[in-house]
Amino acid sequence: MSVSEKYNSVFVSVFNVEESVLGNDFSAENIDNWDSITQLSLVTAMEDEFDIMFDPEDILNFKSYSVGKTIVAKYGVNF
Amino acid sequence: MSVSRLLEGKICLVTGANRGIGNAIAERYAEEGAVVFANARKEGSLDAWAKQCSEKYNTSVIPLYFDITDAAASKAAILKIKSDFGSIDVLVNNAGMVTYELLPMIDFEKLRAMFEVNVIAMIQLVQLASRIMSRQKSGSIINMSSIVGAQGVKGQLGYSATKGAVISLTKSAAKELIEHNIRVNAIAPGMVGTDRFTQVIRLPT
Repeated sequence: MSVSEKYNSVFVSVFNVEESVLGNDFSAENIDNWDSITQLSLVTAMEDEFDIMFDPEDILNFKSYSVGKTIVAKYGVNF
Repeated sequence: MSVSRLLEGKICLVTGANRGIGNAIAERYAEEGAVVFANARKEGSLDAWAKQCSEKYNTSVIPLYFDITDAAASKAAILKIKSDFGSIDVLVNNAGMVTYELLPMIDFEKLRAMFEVNVIAMIQLVQLASRIMSRQKSGSIINMSSIVGAQGVKGQLGYSATKGAVISLTKSAAKELIEHNIRVNAIAPGMVGTDRFTQVIRLPT
């Protein structure tokens, strides 16, 4: 599985959505069930998937599919 | 004291393990069979003691030198424990500082530094350790408060305020983390005849 596929699979699992809906519009602003609890589940699953540990400010800022990629990349994950 | 090896195989981190209560806790945990990561700021300060404890109690006492107010260093320490052993079973937040002064003599720079060590750094470590513990669905966090945090004391308004904060943060963390099967407790000792204490107050001989 490629890095992008792994990244997408976390979203698919946490938000229970089809991979095809993931994109730049997939964010806390546009997704109804993207609340703080879901965000914590998302970052925890992301940490487990890539064996990383986010800094608190990155957990707070992980508010969209596209921003998330930038954050994950900071921890040495190459898309 | 009877020893049951109650903590055999448990992975424990004790901050401020270079002296006093922290040192005694770390040694007792080792005696009970725990793998103890003993934290102090000064590089090398625990090496000889850790080696001696490891041999005496047939376990691993591992010095971990970092300043708990350095968030990046705290994170690196927690990640090292996770990477070496895969889990953290016990965190003892013991490191702290203390000042003695009457209200008009409070030095606000020292007061801020004390809140940074006694409260902010503690919260950071609770946050970091609980993220590991919540995955393993178990863990125990023990925060060192003080009797003055519950009762107040003349001449230690700043210190008592930090220790009061420890009690309240412990109660909130306990309520938040119980769903992950993580216990959070605080200990509020009274006067303990540690080296630091006896430097300030001469005890009767």
